[in-house]
Formats: sequence, structure tokens, C-alpha cells
Amino acid sequence: MDERVVIEFQDFSFQYFSQAEPTLNRINLKIYRGEKILIVGPSGSGKSTLGHCLNGLIPFAYKGDMRGSLKINGVETREQNIFKLSKMVGTVLQDTDAQFVGLTAGEDIAFALENDNVPTAEMRERVKKAAAMVDMQNLLGSSPFELSGGQKQRVSLAGVMIDDVDILLFDEPLANLDPATGKAAIEIIDELHKKSQKTIIIIEHRLEDALHRGIDRVILINDGRIIADKNPHDLVSSPLLTENGIREPLYVTALKYAGVKVASDMRPGHIATLQVDRAREALAAWYNAIPLERREYAKPSVLKMENVSFSYDGLRPVLNDINFDIREGEMVSIVGRNGAGKSTLSKLLCGFEKEDRGAIFYKGENIREKSIKERAEIIGLVMQNPNQMISKPMIRDEVALGLRLRNIPEEQITGRVEKALNICGLSPFKDWPISALSFGQKKRVTIASILALEPKILILDEPTAGQDFRHYTEIMEFLVEINKLDVTIILITHDMHLMLEYTPRAIVLSGGRMIADTTASMALTDSRVIEEANLKETSLFQLSRLSGIEGGARFVQGFIDYERRLKAR
Amino acid sequence: MKDHFKVNTRTIVATGLGAAIFTLLFMYVKVPSPVPETSFQTAYGLSAFFATLFGPIAGALIAFIGHALSDALQYGSPWWSWVIASGVSGFIFGFAYKRTKVEEGEFKTRDIVTFNVIQAIGNVVAWVVVAPVLDILIYQEPVNLVFTQGITAAIMNTISAGVIGTLLLIAYAATRAKKGSLSKG
Amino acid sequence: MNAKMKLFSYNTADTPVHRLSGLTKLICFLLLTFAVMFSYDIRVIFAVMIFSVAILRLSQIRFSQIRAMIVYVLVFVVANAIISFFFSPEEGVKIYGSRHNIVNLYGGYKLTWEQIFYQITKFFKYFSVIPFGIIFLLTTNPSEFASSLNRIGVNYKAAFAVALTLRYFPDMQREYHDISQAQQARGLELSHKAKFADRFKNSLLILIPLIFLSLERVETISNAMDLRGFSKNDTRTWYTSRKFARADYVALAVSALITIGTVYVSVFVNHGRFYNPFV
Repeated sequence: MDERVVIEFQDFSFQYFSQAEPTLNRINLKIYRGEKILIVGPSGSGKSTLGHCLNGLIPFAYKGDMRGSLKINGVETREQNIFKLSKMVGTVLQDTDAQFVGLTAGEDIAFALENDNVPTAEMRERVKKAAAMVDMQNLLGSSPFELSGGQKQRVSLAGVMIDDVDILLFDEPLANLDPATGKAAIEIIDELHKKSQKTIIIIEHRLEDALHRGIDRVILINDGRIIADKNPHDLVSSPLLTENGIREPLYVTALKYAGVKVASDMRPGHIATLQVDRAREALAAWYNAIPLERREYAKPSVLKMENVSFSYDGLRPVLNDINFDIREGEMVSIVGRNGAGKSTLSKLLCGFEKEDRGAIFYKGENIREKSIKERAEIIGLVMQNPNQMISKPMIRDEVALGLRLRNIPEEQITGRVEKALNICGLSPFKDWPISALSFGQKKRVTIASILALEPKILILDEPTAGQDFRHYTEIMEFLVEINKLDVTIILITHDMHLMLEYTPRAIVLSGGRMIADTTASMALTDSRVIEEANLKETSLFQLSRLSGIEGGARFVQGFIDYERRLKAR
Repeated sequence: MKDHFKVNTRTIVATGLGAAIFTLLFMYVKVPSPVPETSFQTAYGLSAFFATLFGPIAGALIAFIGHALSDALQYGSPWWSWVIASGVSGFIFGFAYKRTKVEEGEFKTRDIVTFNVIQAIGNVVAWVVVAPVLDILIYQEPVNLVFTQGITAAIMNTISAGVIGTLLLIAYAATRAKKGSLSKG
Repeated sequence: MNAKMKLFSYNTADTPVHRLSGLTKLICFLLLTFAVMFSYDIRVIFAVMIFSVAILRLSQIRFSQIRAMIVYVLVFVVANAIISFFFSPEEGVKIYGSRHNIVNLYGGYKLTWEQIFYQITKFFKYFSVIPFGIIFLLTTNPSEFASSLNRIGVNYKAAFAVALTLRYFPDMQREYHDISQAQQARGLELSHKAKFADRFKNSLLILIPLIFLSLERVETISNAMDLRGFSKNDTRTWYTSRKFARADYVALAVSALITIGTVYVSVFVNHGRFYNPFV
């Protein structure tokens, strides 16, 4: 047997006992020592199941029918146990809060050693070393509430590295991070790979972000089968990504719009390696042909914040002198890093907290004295996870809840519920239990339950978090439809695609101050805003620079306008 | 019966999180009763629910840890006789584990009766027997006082565990409904 | 409610009490609590109380930190005293076996010196437990709690459940708060304004999302723990356990002496848990 092979799937299939179909179907795959592999696929493709097979959650925690062979370091996984496998494969989960089980960073890093009965003194030494690898040695005493998402992820990483595993498995490492932190995470993984020569497997659906640094091979999975096993350049040049519901890098889309045939000799796998010489002229010609759109909002103001400041403890301001004016029917995103004040802002709008200074106006009227319940009839809030709101088993009852709590006569309720369900495309499901719905459908239920109260403004907190391209598009197109009904939509997000494609206007917060109120294309090309708000420069901007096109922000805007017109056709 | 007492990682995690919620509910989420100055502890509905899903060990620890922690946070020190009684109630609630079809998505009359008989027994044993006896042994409280308190607590907590626990289990069963048997209407 | 919420206002002051290991403090807490719970001798109770207040000062705990607790306990103890009297006005007579009437009250109730003495003893007995609990809570690093429990013989899995409770309590608190606000926006009324029959149902509108989200988390957290070898062995070590220093032995010895002293007074001096000044 080949010594260099660390992982080998042979005709491997797996079917969960609860499922009618196999989730993985005749997988054949070899991974060699020291390789860096990216596994991509849409939701439900089987990519997470593949990860579970590697770390032993399958078959030891999730039961099912396993066929064929999976060997790690030459031994069949089913003949091992989860503890032995965890000594070979270290897993960093996407939910950093769930993985962080210690009360402090130090304890969490030590967790595996504690379970191995390592003496306390030795443990302290090893924790220090592991923490130093991810630059966390000075924060060992911090509790998870004092750490950012990126820092928590580094703690998780140190916690698996401490066991000196051969293989590191990252399960959607970008899912819960803001763009800049996600970028940093990919860099840390890359440096670790270069230093330690460990085998690295990253499972992600955000291809462009994951390709921020070099990858040896990308494995594309869909419907439980391996669709492609190629280097990034070959894969990105092929039509397979879009066919299988993975979003190709934005700069590749732009090249295609410009009529450039993207081939692997242009090395398009990473923006850093891309050769644009051949495409320069076509790009410039395409860009110059895009007519400049002028957008003016002549509509009246619907929501206005004037000099609003707020602090929880009366000492540290969480929001400081915020001013903006949103007009009827706008779609706006509010962006900024964690702790910038985004969620506090939405709390003020909903009346959960009261501004210390300044005022909030709805259609010119100060709404300070309106109660939470009254505000909900103007401004509806949809929380990030639909399960945070759903409290009834049946769809119809969930949507009717807000109306029933307002003692509206039952005859009226039926009509309003039907209407909300109709708008949300849920009418065929109205008598279903909510548990039978997908995540996206549940999201629609929560939106319907808010729309039933007929608010004029809808605030959504990270509406597409954790969704793959298809579901993301579904949710966002649906919001566009609602927006067309003259509902103003405010999105709290750090998804840059979302900002670019769907919200013409972005309000950027940093440290409780508003640092920009501009177009999304301006925000994502302004280095000061990008840095302060933990955003990332869009690759479209980099593309324009590479190909010598002046005025990057206009290029980005041109791309957005072009794409919108394409969709509208 | 044997696997009633089996403890795996899932049981431990459910216990830890359950006790955190128990503490929270015990301190903040009380349903005011029609009698002034008294309220129903929703926490016992939670411990009954978790005990039914995870067994007597989880049930006992959730109520014991949760009650001790909330006493400590509010009074500075746990009132041991009642903390132990809480633990006993959670333990007995755990005998509903695997006695109902809630995991298969069904929680109908028969299951509701089974659950409520068990939780009522748990509450009576804990509050009419364990708590008063410990109050007398540890604190030498007057006998008629502790039994009156115990009977009141038993009634209140039976109602609370009954209403909240039953409704939670019905809601839980609904999330376990079999998929694929539905058609668009 | 901010993100930096901590469970206890555990303060990291550097006092001899803070420097003791968590295990020492746990054992001392249990021993001394046992001592005052066991004894009904007001002389012993006073002695222990003076001791506990001295330790409280030594730990540099400020009154403002414990004001709320003191008020809670006061309400509880006063209520207990009143109810005790009405339920069992003759308890003192029964315990001490004599009767010194002071005055006849309405409805056949008689106030006796025995009853007053019994209730005063009980009042201080309950109060004297509190400082130890407060000292333990406010000077012990929560991280040391689970390892200490394990080392006094509690099964490590149960001890770890306690650690998880402390870890996830603030998360639950925040989640509860967020869900409650969102449901209030939908029109949920939590106050007394709601009809009694609706109050249970209303509380479920918050409980259901909170609990069902937690059940999902149980799944991911236990996977994360399994993947790092939790419950692999019959024992486990703890990153936070500390070696005993001389102060630890001194503290343990003092606590043990107080406990033994209490039991000694009961058995050999009072011949029972009560001190009887009436004979």
C-alpha cells in the first residue's frame, strides 16, 4: 500500500437510518500526506456527512448503513472508535460557541488533555505552547464572552492541535465570521499548513473566500457523489461550479460577462494568481459599454435617526450620534464588525431600548413614546435563526400569533394570515406542521408572521447566514419581491455579496459611530471603511486594478448594474 | 430499566444546559397565581420535560444543580432540604423516560396520563415527604409548618410541571412528526 | 444586559481567602455550613458568626456586593419567624420542656420565653450560614468549581455538568432576553395584565424557542466533546486544579476544629442539639 496515502475511500456509501436515500454514494477518493484539500458542495450534497465519516461521528454517533471501505492511516475507521480517530483527525467545528466548552480559553485548549488524564503541570506547559501557535497565549484567562468569533475559532484550533493530530478537518470555518476575520482564518490555516506539513481538509461552500490562499485540490460534491476532483484553476474554468449550485468567484463572473473565455492557463483559481493580459481589452470594452445609472430617491422619508446616542451602562457609549434618513421602499444594509452597535441599533428601532439622546422619526413623527407592541406594527424584526421565534407547531397558528395576541377578531385574522402566507409563497403548506419545513421555509414562516402585522419597515438580522448559494438567492429574491410591495427593508449583515447585489445603500458602523452612508460599491472599495468595519475588498475591485481600469468603485457599480439588468431580462 | 441510568456525553450536556435553563427560570420566570404573593415555578415543567427525554440522572441533576445555583445567587447559600427535594422530584420525573412515545412523535392521552401520574408522584414524594422530613432533621422546623408548606408546594409544582411539562412534550412530539407523509393542500 | 455578563460578580482581589485553592474553600464551606446547620446552641452560633464576619472582612467583600442577598435573606427569615410562631407557638415549650409565660395573646396564643429563645436562636442560625456561602461564591474562580467537586468525590461527569451550567448560563440569559423581546414585539404580555389562564401559555411562547434551541445545541456540544475524548476514561484531570499550600492546610484545620468543637458541645455539653438555659 502507498505510504503517502492518509485517507482512502473505496466504493464508500453511507445511508442514515432516518433517510430513504444514501447520503454518500460510491465515493472513491485518496488524500495524500501533507495535502491541502477543499471540499465544496451545496447544502445537502453530503459534504458534512463526508466530514463526519472522517472524524468518526459516523458511525459512532450517527447510525446508519455503511458500505465499502474508508481507511485512515491504513486502518478501517469502523474498526476504531471515536476516541482513537480523534487522535488522528482533529476537527474544528463551525459553531465556535458550541465547541468552546471551557469557562476560559486555557481550559478549553486543555480539554482533550484533561480527558487523557495528563497531569496538571504538564498540561499547563502544553497549553501555553499550543496557544502560542495561534497567537492566543496572552488571552488564556479570557472567558468566551470576552473573545471575538475569530479568537474563539483560534482557541478551537489550539484545542485540537494540542493533541498533535495528523489531519486537521475544518467544517465550514467561514460560516460565523465577518469577511476580514474569515480572510484571517484562511491565512492562519495556510501558515499552519506550511509550518506543520499536516494534512488539511476544509469543508466550505464559500469557494472564493476559501480560495484566498493556495489549495492543492478542490473536491466538488453533489447528491452524495464526487463531481470533480481538480486543482482550483481547472475547476474554476469549468462550468461545473454553477451547474452544481456553487457560486464561482465574482471576478470570474465579471470576466465571463466581458465575453472572456476563462481557461486554466489564466490561472483563475485565485485572484492572486490570475493572469489578465488576454482579457484586458475585453474587460475595458465591456465596462465602458455599461450605461451609468442614476438613482435618486424622491420618495418621502420613512425612518430617520437624528443625533441618536445610547449606552447600556451610562458610561460606555454603544451608539454615538447616529444620523440617517431612510426613504420609503429602500433596501439598505447596516454593516460593521461584531460589537459595532448594529444589533443595538435595531433594538432602539424596535423600542426594546430607548435612546439616551436624539430622536427616531417614523414618517416625520417622533416614536419615542410608542411601546414595543405599537412599534411592531410599524417596524417588524426578523431574528437570525427562525427557531428563535417559532413557538407554535402549526404554520397557520404561528403566523396568526401576533394577531391573536392583539385580540383581533378571528374572522379578520384568517384573511390577514392567508394574505401573509400568500405573499410568502406558503399557501400550499398552510396546514403543515412547521417541523416538516426546510430552514428557508421556516425563515419565510417567521417573515410571514411579522408581515401579518403589516409593518411598513422590516429589519432582518443576517437573513442568509449559513445558507448556500441557491438558498441565499431564494431568500434574497423573495425579499426583493416583498420590497416591491413598498415595504422598506433594512438588513443587518456582514455578507458582502448580499450588500453588493441587493442593497444599493450601505450604512457602516464602527465603534458605535456611523463611518459611512453610501453605496455598497463605494463602501467595499474604500480602504478606510473596509478596515474599520472588518470588511474585505471585493475581488471585483482587485480585478479592475489588475486590468488597469481606473475608478474601481465605478467598475464594481457597473458590474452590479449589468447583473441586475441581466436578471431583470 | 437498566438504560434509565446510562449516562453518555449527550446526557451530561443536556444536564448542564438543562440546569442553566432551570436556574434562569427558577429565578426569573414565575407564573403569578391567583393567590397573591404566590407563583408557579415554571422550572419544574422544564425539569419534568428534560427528565422525560433524558432519564432520571439528568432530571435529578438538573433540578439539584439548578435549584442550588439559584439559591446561592439569590440568598448566598442553598437551602439544602429543598434543593435535595428538588433533586428527588427530578429523579422521579425521570421514570417517564422511555415510557411514552414522545420520541416517535406521539404524545396522546395515554402518554399524557402516564407522564402526569409520574410527575405527580414525584412532586408528592419530594414535597410532602423529603422536604419536610429534611427540614425537621436539618433545621428542626415545626412539624405542622413544614408539612403545610410541603403540601402547598406539592400542589403548586404538580400544576406547574403538569401544565408546562405536558405542553412542552406535546410541542416536542410535533417536531418529531414523520416527514414525507404530508401533501400540499 | 451586555456581552461581558459574568455569572457571579466574582472579583479577583488578592486576599488570603482568594489565594486558597477552590477545593479548600469548598470543603471549608461544607464543614462550616454543617456546623451551623447542626447546632442549635446560640453561643456556638454567635461564635461562628463572628468568625464568618471576620473572614468576610478579610476577603475585602464590600457591602454593596451583597446588599441584595442580605435583603432577600432578611425577608425570608422574618417571614419564616412569623409563620413559625403562628403555626407552632408551643415549639419552644416542647423543645426546652419548661414554660415561662410572658403574655396571653388573642386566640389562645401564648408568648413564652422558650418560644422567643427558640426563634431568636433560629434567626441567627439561618443568618450565620449566609456569610460562608457569600465568601465561597465571591472568592472562588468558577473555573475551579468543577475540579473541586470532582476531588471531593463527586463523579467527574456530574462535576462537568456543573461546569457546563456555569459556562452556558450567560448564553441562556442572553438568548432568553432576545427571544422575550422579539415575542413582546409580536404582542406578548408578560405582566399581571394577562388573564391567569393565558399566563402559562404566554410563558411557553418564550420557553419553547429557548428550550428547543438548547436541544439543538445539546447535539452539537456533545459532538464537540466526543471528538475531544470526553468520557473516554474513568477519571480525568483538571487544568485548573491547584496544589495545596500551607494556608490551605491551616484553613482546613481551622474549619475542622470548629466543626468538631460544635459537635463536641452538642454531644458532651448540651447532650443534644439545643442549648437549654431554662434548666
